[in-house]
Amino acid sequence: MLRKGMAKTRASFFGRIAQTLGMGSDITDETWDQLEEIFLQADMGVPTTLALIERLQERARKERVSKTDQLNELVKDELKKLLVPPTPLNISGRPLSVIMIVGVNGSGKTTTIGKLARRMQLNNRKTIIAAGDTFRAAAIDQLKIWGERADIPVIAGQPGMDPGAIVYDAVEAARARKAEILIIDTAGRLHSNINLMQELKKISNVVKKVVPDAPHETLLVLDGTTGQNALNQAKKFREMVDVTGIIVTKLDSSAKGGMVFAIQQELGLPIHYIGIGESIFDLVPFDPERFVDSLFEGVDTTEEDENEE
Amino acid sequence: MPIFESLSDRLQDVFSSLGRKGHLTEEDVNNAMREVRMALLEADVNLKVAKAFINRVKTRAVGAEVQKSLQPAQQVIKIVNEELIATLGEPGTLNLAGPTPRVIMLVGLQGSGKTTTAAKLALYLRRDGRKPFLVAADTYRPAAVEQLIVNAKQIQVPYYEEGTSAPPPDICERGVEAARQAGATVVIIDTAGRLQIDENLMAELEAIKACTNPAEILLVADAMTGQEAVNIAQGFNERLGITGLILTKVDGDARGGAAISMREVTGVPIKFMGVGEKLDAFEQFHPDRLASRILGMGDMLTLIEQAEQLYDEKEAKRLEERLMKNQFTLEDFLDQIQKIKRMGSIGKILDMVPGMGRLRKQMNIDDQVAQDRLKRIEAIIYSMTPKERNNPKILNASRKKRIAAGSGTTVQDINELLKQYREMQKMIQQLKNGRMPNFPGMR
Repeated sequence: MLRKGMAKTRASFFGRIAQTLGMGSDITDETWDQLEEIFLQADMGVPTTLALIERLQERARKERVSKTDQLNELVKDELKKLLVPPTPLNISGRPLSVIMIVGVNGSGKTTTIGKLARRMQLNNRKTIIAAGDTFRAAAIDQLKIWGERADIPVIAGQPGMDPGAIVYDAVEAARARKAEILIIDTAGRLHSNINLMQELKKISNVVKKVVPDAPHETLLVLDGTTGQNALNQAKKFREMVDVTGIIVTKLDSSAKGGMVFAIQQELGLPIHYIGIGESIFDLVPFDPERFVDSLFEGVDTTEEDENEE
Repeated sequence: MPIFESLSDRLQDVFSSLGRKGHLTEEDVNNAMREVRMALLEADVNLKVAKAFINRVKTRAVGAEVQKSLQPAQQVIKIVNEELIATLGEPGTLNLAGPTPRVIMLVGLQGSGKTTTAAKLALYLRRDGRKPFLVAADTYRPAAVEQLIVNAKQIQVPYYEEGTSAPPPDICERGVEAARQAGATVVIIDTAGRLQIDENLMAELEAIKACTNPAEILLVADAMTGQEAVNIAQGFNERLGITGLILTKVDGDARGGAAISMREVTGVPIKFMGVGEKLDAFEQFHPDRLASRILGMGDMLTLIEQAEQLYDEKEAKRLEERLMKNQFTLEDFLDQIQKIKRMGSIGKILDMVPGMGRLRKQMNIDDQVAQDRLKRIEAIIYSMTPKERNNPKILNASRKKRIAAGSGTTVQDINELLKQYREMQKMIQQLKNGRMPNFPGMR
């Protein structure tokens, strides 16, 4: 898809480093400082950044890397090592697979479900959506519109209804219609809200009651512009419901989403998809290579913003 | 281990080798600033903003006299805290003087909370004696218009909508006119979420601004935003000239450093913050509260907020009154302990209390041990008579012996509990007097 009208500065970091330091110049303290700043500005967080710099310095020493242009490959390599290789969703080999979508308010759950359902359908998987967000005003309507766009049935109740009841109905409906995949939307909730988190667990338990090994995937939707709090989100959601993977949204912004490194390191959760736009096609499989490259796009390595593009 | 050591703990470590002295040397300050930088970055303050901030603090701190009542670390924290509050600025008020209806435009990224905030702001203004009016100009997100309508009906505020077929600037122009005819004094326009780098959609906001002449353009921003906060705020400000910020989802456990970044690069005040799911969970911005949260200086507020979820209002009020009158009994203590147990891991709770992070490390408190201790305290209090629970002063040696036998503990255990109880009373007294425990002179 063309992203029309988005004036993005996409100068490559590696080009920039070369530009700042001169091609093949020596690695100095300043080089390390600049790398550190790039990592921090990508939301990678202090602990991950410091550990990474330390490892890079050690490798540079051992492998006798002394020029900046040789450092590039080292950096990319170490970054990729931090990422869990993408795995396919566990949604095959049984009559009905259930995917539950969870996340904080405004992270993009409902939109992601529309896109995800569309992907499933394009792969000829018969899909049904359950409108489990009965709290936010018009969340059900929003999901129904996505359902229409993707031509996928949405099982919904009334606003304010017990989400567990809707989920129960949706499982029954999915079975009756011989659907292969059921995607459950849930209301956004802050991971620090104990009562709402317990409600989420209840929904998950309802699913388990009707389909014993379900949900087969519980995907946490993370806003790509979130900073260090993302790790807390991932931890708390995983404590309550067994989160199996992550979808990162809004990565068409200039945010880098670097917090996923810490999440992958600490929790080992795979990233399945990233959201890169508003259209129904703008959910793409996570590509570590591409993700690492994008960390360095448009990065300003100068001290002050004097060279504005 | 907590992910984030609080800044106070870290600075204590930096200064522990130095001991007491009268002035802060440049070396002291430089060492301390490294820790401050880390704390700010961990709180999601933008890197460049953090650098500028640290330079300001450095200038103030070098050579500063250490007050008699303070440790050097506390002196540094005091300066950092003051500078942080100064950076966050006074809470801004809305510019609502002038010919009515005044127009407030809400802008921001997708998912930042504009539609909810529009309704919250309307409710806030109505309670403030204004006549608010809502305009639904988000024609992009499916059912965004419906969402605003549902909220408007819920809070009984009039609204204007044209579904999703007309261009948003036209809807807004007609919406303001409808508000005028309805006798409204403030019009709140809910615009679609957009990225600040989306040329077309940013041009649309300029068009809305041009035809509605807003008195306020408020950027609605998620408190959990990371380094990107600077780009977002700058992007919206350059195109539209924003007049203020509204921070949402402040009821979460994010440190909220994004607020500093956005305030620093735009210079506009933070006006409100969203603090909960309900439409009345909306407050004026409190710089001091956010400052201590950003520094990780014992997030008592998060603790209080979490505790609030477990109390009903009446109970909370009762407890508050008892605290104020110093009638906090062992019965209350027991009640607290049971609530604490429901809030989860003791370690996590301790980390939220000022000064406790360090204490916990020193004492090597592990969660299982802590849970066991709570159980023991429960058993002891359960073995007391109601009279003893309400007036622990009457506990003499023979009563203690009886309680120990009844609870399967020792008299020593009981004495320890009583000591803790008295310490808690003392801490509450300190909080009541507006001081942070362990940090005399902080506030």
